[in-house]
Formats: sequence, C-alpha cells, structure tokens
Amino acid sequence: MDDPNWQPRIVAFFCNWCTYTAADLAGVSRIKYAPNIRVIRLMCSGRVDPQFILAALAQGADGVLIGGCHIGDCHYSEGNLKTLRRFQLLKRMLRDMGIEEQRVRLEWISASEGDKVRSVVDDMVGQLRALGPLGMPKRFEDWDRELNGLEAEVNAAQEPAGGAKPEAVHA
Amino acid sequence: MIYSYFPGCSLKGLGRAYEESLLPVMRHLGVELVELEDWNCCGATAYMSVDERKACVLAARNLAIAEKAGPHDLVTPCSACYLVLNKTKHQLHESEPMRATVQRALGTAGLTYGGNTPVRHPLDVLVHDVGLDVVKEKVVRPLKGLKVAPYYGCQVVRPYATFDDAWNPTTMDRLLTALGAEVVDYPLKTKCCGASLTGTLPEAGLRLTYILLKEAIRRGADVVATICPLCQFNLDAYHDKLAKRWGAVRIPTVYITQLMGLAFGLPAEELGLNRCFVPMKPLPAAPEPARA
Amino acid sequence: MHDTSNNGDVRIGFYICHCGHNIASMVDCAAVAEYIGRLPGVAVSRDYKYMCSDPGQALIGQDIRDHGLNRVVVASCSPLLHEHTFRNAVEAGGLNPFFFQMVNIREHDSWVHTDRADATEKAKALAHAAVRRVRFHRALQTTKVPIHPDVLVVGGGIAGIHAALTLANGGKKVFLVEREPSIGGHMAKFDKTFPTLDCAACILTPKMSAVRAHKNITLWTYSDVEKVEGYVGNYTVTVRRRPRYINEELCVGCQECIKACIYKEAKFPDEFNVGLSKRKPIYIPFPQAVPQVVVIDPERCLQIKSGKCKRTCIEACADRQAIDFTQKEETVQIKVGNIILATGFKLFDAKRIPQYGYGRYPNVVTSLELERLVTSSGPTGGELVMRNGGTPRSVGFILCVGSRDFRTNRWCSRTCCMHSMKLAQLVREHTGADVTIFYLDIRAPGKGCEEFYDKSLKDGIQFVRGRVAEVTDWALTPEEEGKLVIRAEDTLAGVVRRIPVDMIVLAVGMEPHADVQQVRRLFNMSCGTEGWFLEKHPKLAPVSTFTDGVFIAGCCQGPKDIPDSIAQAGAAAAEAMALIDRGFIEQEPNTAYVTEEDCSGCKSCVPLCPYTAIGFDDAKQKAVINAALCKGCGTCVAACPSGSIRQHLFEDDEIFSEIEGVLTHG
Repeated sequence: MDDPNWQPRIVAFFCNWCTYTAADLAGVSRIKYAPNIRVIRLMCSGRVDPQFILAALAQGADGVLIGGCHIGDCHYSEGNLKTLRRFQLLKRMLRDMGIEEQRVRLEWISASEGDKVRSVVDDMVGQLRALGPLGMPKRFEDWDRELNGLEAEVNAAQEPAGGAKPEAVHA
Repeated sequence: MIYSYFPGCSLKGLGRAYEESLLPVMRHLGVELVELEDWNCCGATAYMSVDERKACVLAARNLAIAEKAGPHDLVTPCSACYLVLNKTKHQLHESEPMRATVQRALGTAGLTYGGNTPVRHPLDVLVHDVGLDVVKEKVVRPLKGLKVAPYYGCQVVRPYATFDDAWNPTTMDRLLTALGAEVVDYPLKTKCCGASLTGTLPEAGLRLTYILLKEAIRRGADVVATICPLCQFNLDAYHDKLAKRWGAVRIPTVYITQLMGLAFGLPAEELGLNRCFVPMKPLPAAPEPARA
Repeated sequence: MHDTSNNGDVRIGFYICHCGHNIASMVDCAAVAEYIGRLPGVAVSRDYKYMCSDPGQALIGQDIRDHGLNRVVVASCSPLLHEHTFRNAVEAGGLNPFFFQMVNIREHDSWVHTDRADATEKAKALAHAAVRRVRFHRALQTTKVPIHPDVLVVGGGIAGIHAALTLANGGKKVFLVEREPSIGGHMAKFDKTFPTLDCAACILTPKMSAVRAHKNITLWTYSDVEKVEGYVGNYTVTVRRRPRYINEELCVGCQECIKACIYKEAKFPDEFNVGLSKRKPIYIPFPQAVPQVVVIDPERCLQIKSGKCKRTCIEACADRQAIDFTQKEETVQIKVGNIILATGFKLFDAKRIPQYGYGRYPNVVTSLELERLVTSSGPTGGELVMRNGGTPRSVGFILCVGSRDFRTNRWCSRTCCMHSMKLAQLVREHTGADVTIFYLDIRAPGKGCEEFYDKSLKDGIQFVRGRVAEVTDWALTPEEEGKLVIRAEDTLAGVVRRIPVDMIVLAVGMEPHADVQQVRRLFNMSCGTEGWFLEKHPKLAPVSTFTDGVFIAGCCQGPKDIPDSIAQAGAAAAEAMALIDRGFIEQEPNTAYVTEEDCSGCKSCVPLCPYTAIGFDDAKQKAVINAALCKGCGTCVAACPSGSIRQHLFEDDEIFSEIEGVLTHG
C-alpha cells in the first residue's frame, strides 16, 4: 500500500471568470507551483455539484479544490454564495464518512490573484502529502472483497450454494 | 498600578539620575515599579550585531523572568533596552528555529519564554496608562516660562512605532505641556545623538550631538528633555570637546522625569539634577499654595 | 450513469501544439500525441508547431474532410485566448463548432511547472480527459442577442469626452454622466501640456463645447450612476441627478447671482483651485465650465441650511428665474447597450509621506497646486507666489512621491517625470528661479518627450539622482537660514547633499479613486490588485473588460498621459460601435434547460436564479427556463435534485467524463 512514488492528485474545479483566469495569469507570469492539480473549467463555482466532488474522490483523487470569485464579486451575482452553502453541508457529510477536512477545499481567488493560485496549490499538496493517499478505488475493491468473503461465509453456514457476486459499488 | 521594572545597566551606572527621578515620580502618581529579581544585561544594540542567537537568549532571559514575576507589563526606561527587548520578542515571534533555540537555552535554567509580557516605555505608560489629566493634577509648580526641546532619540519610535508616530512623535510634547512648560518646535527630535560613536568615532558621533544642541538653542530652548540615558549622556558630557571643535553649545539636557519631579514639587536634590555636567538653571521658587 | 446517446461512432481528431518553445520546451508533445493516438475513438493524433496559425487551422479542416472526423480536441494555450479561433476552424472544416474541446497545457502546465516528466504526465491526463469529454458534446447553435444602440459614458474627463464625441459623431446616442458640476476632469486644471506646451484649456474647451452642442449627447453633470441591471446589449441604468438648485435650461451663466450673494467675501475652499482660493456657496466651478450653469452648495448655502436668507441671488437673477430652492434629487432610468467607464484617477495624498513636510511647511506644494499657481486663470493670475508671499528664487521638485515606493504605491505613475519637467520649464519662464529636479529615473517615452528632456537640461534645470530623504527647515549653515533644505543622496556623485530652496513641488503619483471598489461592483467588473480597473488582456485587449459590453478608457485603467487616454477612449468607442453596428452579440450556448419529463415540480430551482430566468408553469407543474435571460452559470443545474435541469456545454456526463479522464490516466 505504501508506494514510494505516490504523489497527491488534486482535481480542481475553477470558475471561468475568476479562478481560471487567475491560473492563466499565474501562467503568464511564469509563477511556478506543484504539478499535482488537474483543472476542470466551469462557468461558475455554483455549477459544482457535490456529486462531482464525490466522484473525484471515489475515482482516486486525494483532494478536491474548488475555486470561485470572492463573495460579492461573482460574475453571476450570487453563484458563489450557493457554492459556499453546499460546501458547508458537504463538509459535514465528508467528516461523517471519515474523509479528512483538508482533502476538500474551497478558495476564493480573484482574476488578479495569480500568486494565490500558487500558494493554495502548494499548500494543499503539502497537506495532502502529510495525510497520505485517500486510495478510494483500492478501498472499494477491499470492501467488495470483504463483503464477498462475508457473504460466502454466511452462505457456507446456511447452504452450500455460491451466491451471485454482489453489485460493484460505484460512486 | 503595578508594573515589573527592568532598569538595565545604564540606570544603575552612568544614567542613575534617570532611576533616581523615575521612581519617586511614578510613586507620586500611584504607580509601583517592582524591579525584576536577578535581571541581566540586555546586550544592548551591540550584541545583536555580534551574535544574534546569543543576544536573543540573553534578552529573552529577562522576558522569561518577567513572566515568572507576574502578569504585569514590563517597563524599561532605557531606549536601547526597550528596543532590544522588543526586537527579541519580534524575532521569537517570527522565527520558529530561533524560538526553539531560546527555549532550549532557557530550559537549562528552569525558565520558559511565553511571549506574553508586553515591554513598555515609561513615556508610554505615563501618557496612555496614567493619563495626562492625572499628571496635570499633581503639578504644584507649573514649569511656566521654561522652554523645552523634546528629544526622543531614534530608538523609541524606530523601527517599532508602537505608542507614537515614527516621524513626528508627540507624547513627550504633550506631557511637557501638561507640566506647564512651553514646548519648542524641534524638528530634530528623532535624529540620532551619535550613540556609541561619540566614543568610538568622535568625529562622526560628536558632530551629530553638536547639531542637536545647536538647533535646540537656535529654536529658543532653555533645556533639552530626554528619555534615554545614552542620549542624555551624549548631549550633556562633551561640551568642552564640542566647544573646541565647533563652538559652544551650552544648553542643559535633563531627563523628562526630572522635569516632572520639579513640577510635582519634589525636592530637586532628590532628582539627581546635581549629576548633570551642564547644570540646569534652578526654577523660581514654587508659588504659594492657594489659600483654601 | 453516463448518457451515451451521442457516443455512436466518434472519430476524434487530437492536436497538440508546440507553441514554438512555449509548450514544447516543457511538454513532450510527440509522446502525448502518441499516447492519445492509442485511445479508443481517436482517429487522428498530431503534434504541430503552431495550431492557431493559418496552416494549423487548415490542418483541422483537412483532417475533418479526409478522416471523417466528428470531434476535435486541441491541446495548446488557454481557451480564454483561442477557444473561439479553433471553434471557427472546426466550423470552417464543416463540423458544428461545439464538437470541439480545448486543453490548456500552456498557462496551466508548461509555463508553471519545472519538471518535464511531471508536465508531460499532466498534459497526458488533461488531454485524456478532454478526449473522454468530447464524446458527449452535442451540436449547438449560438444565439443572437440584439444590441441597444445607445451608449453610456461614465466620467467627463478628456477620455470620456473623446469617447462620447467619437460615438456621437458616428450617429450613436450617448449619455455622458459626470459627478462634478462640470466636465473637463483633471485636464481642465492644467496650464500647459507636455511636450508641445499647448495651452490645456485651449485644446480642451472646444471639445467640451462640442459635447454641449452635440445633438446626440445627453450631458448629465452633478450626477452619479446608482444602479446597473441587465447584460451586454441590454443594460438598464439608474442615474441619480443631484440638485444644483438651478434650472439648467434657464440659467445663462451670467453669474450675477454669485456677485449678489449674501456672502460678500468668498469663504469656502475652492475645489477647482485645489483649496488655493475661496468660493461662495453659489459658484461656477471655473470660467469655461460646461454646462455654463451655476451651482449651489447645499452644505454651505444659508438659505438651504437655515431657511433664513435675503436671497439676493434670486433678485439678481431677475426675470430669468433660474434659481429654484425647491429642486429635488431626480432619478432617471435609461436603456443602453454598452457602457464606457472613464472615471479617471485621484492624486496621492502627500501627507502620507510626512518626511516631505506637506501640510507642515507652507511652501511645500503638490504638482497640481503648482499648475494652478502658474496658470493665468488661476488664483494668483499666473504669478508664482509662495504661500507666505514673495517669488521663489529657487525651487526643488521631488519626483516619485507615492510612486515606485514599496511603502506607499509600487507602480510608476508614468506622467510625473514629464509634467515635472514641464512645470520646471514654466517656473523658469515665469520667475527665472533656479530649479533642481530630484529623480530616481527620468522616464520620457512619448513622442517629443526625450527632446523635451534635452530642452530641460539646456534650459539650465539641475537634475540630482536620488530619492529625497527629507525636507527640513533646520539650517546647518547661514545660507540655509529661512529656506527649506532638501536632503538627498546624490547617487551619481556619491555624496549626501543638502540643497536649500525657497519652494518645493511634490510630484504626487496617481491612484485609483477612493470608491473604486463600489464603482466596479456596480458594473460587475473586477479591479486589479492595485485598484485600477481590470482589462481583459493587458496586451491584446486593454480597453475591454471581462464583462461584455463594459469598456474602460483613460487613467481608470492605469496611469497614462493625455494622448494615451484619448487613444484608449477612441478604442473603447470603436469597440462599442463594432458591437452596435453589427447589431447583435453571439451568446455562448451554455444556457440551462429543463428536461420536462424528469422535472418533479419541486421548485428548488426557482429562487436560485439572479436573472429570474427560471419560471414555473402552474398548469404543467414544471420549471421553465427562459433561455434569453439565462446567463449560463449552472447554479440551478447543480441544485436540481432530480437532475432534470441540464446545461449545454457543461452537461453532467461531460464533466463526469472529464473527472474520470484526469484520474484514470494517472
């Protein structure tokens, strides 16, 4: 399980008007930062469906970063307020699931804050390195195996029939 | 009011007139200064340039002792001690490694540094804690007609301008006004007096001292008021040399606390005024107290 | 989970651009192309030097035809730069332009990472995601949004004036809103302009009059913009017109009322003369004010404050009856298609650098105060007199006051070197005084400006290179008695100098206005870190903003001189005119839509839309989205519990596939 070559992988959802532009600015300014993030462009942070975050974590992301405009500056007036609301609720869910708080992060980064992109990414990568991999896909396999084993045990105790494989668990 | 008190080496030596005037004045105002037990030299400005780590440990020991002594603010009258102690606090706040080193060193003496004791200058305490209204009340002999040039020196407001403006401080000005004195407009109030250069590089250091005194006279001051023992010494002790090199600039330099003592009617002999090289002209006799 | 209805037989063309060295130096483009080429559905995979070039774009078209491509992915720079370019190329090749996806491997990869292996892996992951996503793209059409032909120009300085005249001359109706009682801005306060030493008023006032006279311009001074609603092509703006207590239609500008005012002496600081002179409560800002209408200051007028005044002004106005103390604030709503902001700048407050003695020593003045002193229509009739009387025989100019200074403002204010030299020449002309300019660098980039610098040197103006440490009145030698001494390190000579002068002029820098954050929020715009309005691209789009239909011009975008302000004003007017003359704007088809059969009528979406684009059909009990109002943020899409609201271009399946793509690659 301990892969010495493991590097944290972060899936980022950036809003087009502020954070994506800030990341572009960081590029134009040749500001260097950790290569661990993969940006998915959306028009507004309000488009971020909590299911996206869960899908990313389930499929192997060690962290998810959401970037939007500062409160009061949303290009679409209030989209980022909805994001904030959803994020607060999602945080509680994630905590209950045992997922560390540092793994899902919401940042307000305005179009002129190229350097903030760098500092947030580097900081998040540092934190994730300390936490270690989330390792969800592997964990799903482990849990499936555990359940299969359990089912086999139960069936063996009751009838000598091999049950059908339980459905694979998807996000 | 109670404060812990760090006199520093100067106030027990060359600058003893400062302590001699500070303690009775503070007592008169209801402020108790409790001297720290077993304090050590703060290292002054010199040690920091020689070995920063050792200098920090040296200064931090005093801060640790002060913390142990009680929850009071630490008052330190010497500007260099004031600056060094504050600088040390700053360093320890900013630098994790430095803080770790200092804790380790202090630990060997059973001390620990918490960083919670504010280091204050008596001028700050007088104006902001005691308050000018209280000071005014205690004045029995207003310093009427006495023209004073307030000289702050460079270390009290730079680089940390915590209780007054870095460019144009006015706490001492206001204090002098509360004592009834006439404050002279003195643009050189924060310019360097020459500090240790008066000894090591006199051509440079004494020249700065000369400029300060010359301008004070030019502005019509009768006396210069200071808050730092080295400033007082530089401005007071080299008049022969100054006269020989550039010209006579005989104007007395005293501590603000000595002027306060005079205004409060405390006996002049007990304020250390006899220790000045250039004596201050005695004030006219105190006016008769008003008949009830 | 994934809607594979469009999956069918996808034939994807993948192109990775070298962008010369920009991408290729850090990303192994050939390796990425090779990797992508092996993925299912990828029919063509190429790497090329410059995809955005003509041959690059033609390559796409060629491949679409030759290989029957029905999806295209380009990995190159930021979509914010070239998404449009490539969509057009795809369309030119015969394919719906929205069957295209772009991957940012320059701004987000090669330019920000330092390890070639990492950068290449990232490029592969991002490209993989795009290849997965593009399968789910659907054919879409842009919508045309009509543009209202009228334009709002905010700010009546030289930039706003020029923009308004350009548009008006082009036959467009312009509303010019200015918060001061007269247009003219800072330029109206200048004496002469560099490098030609043209009289500022002489070149400005004809333009001001033209604004007044132009039938296409509605001029509202003493007014503010209160609210802006709508979007490009369809803005509804609420303008608040403050009461001058004068009927603009009736006042002829004779100023008899000012003469007759109950205040025999002018008592209040005159704003136009930056406090160097006084005015009465009833005043005209300056003689050439446009409109030539008097204004009453409600804070100072006796009648307005106490109700008890002889009102000699009304008497003096006689039969014209232009004075109206009952005038109230008026709110007007207008509809415009485009907005140009030309709100200008404010000057740095020199009191923030107390070492220079401004406010302490009477003979330390700012550059603008000196302009008023040397101008013949100024408070001293053009006589350069010091505040405590007399003509200066020596003047020192201190440059970069509040500019190029990490303690106050870091930027260069661009015009101060030139206007200081101009003022220096004027001072010498007026008084023959010795002039010394203390500078860090002399910046004289415009046409004729370097020659102006030469002339200044030949005129005998002294230049000392070094940031001034302080201005003081303490004299070290008899020559310094009664003077102000400038202490500076003369870095070229390698000495610290004390230079005594009679008068000091501080070249104060330019700053954004104090209320710039409120203003930019009004127009849904951003400011840069320094507070200047943010342009879309500092090189390629200096007058556009990220908000379509809102343009910026002049110093509000950053410090600049008059020729550059006018150039930007013309540019902004041209951008607006281009939109208006075309008649429509093509809206990105990224709107939300409801799949009726899945909608359960829960109404969670209805209150979420700031544009009130979501309605509810009571008969059908389903949510309905008005595509014309939808701006495409996607907030309702994320909120919809049944997933019946979807977003074109940002469908769930598209995004889920992108997530899968970045992670399953590795």
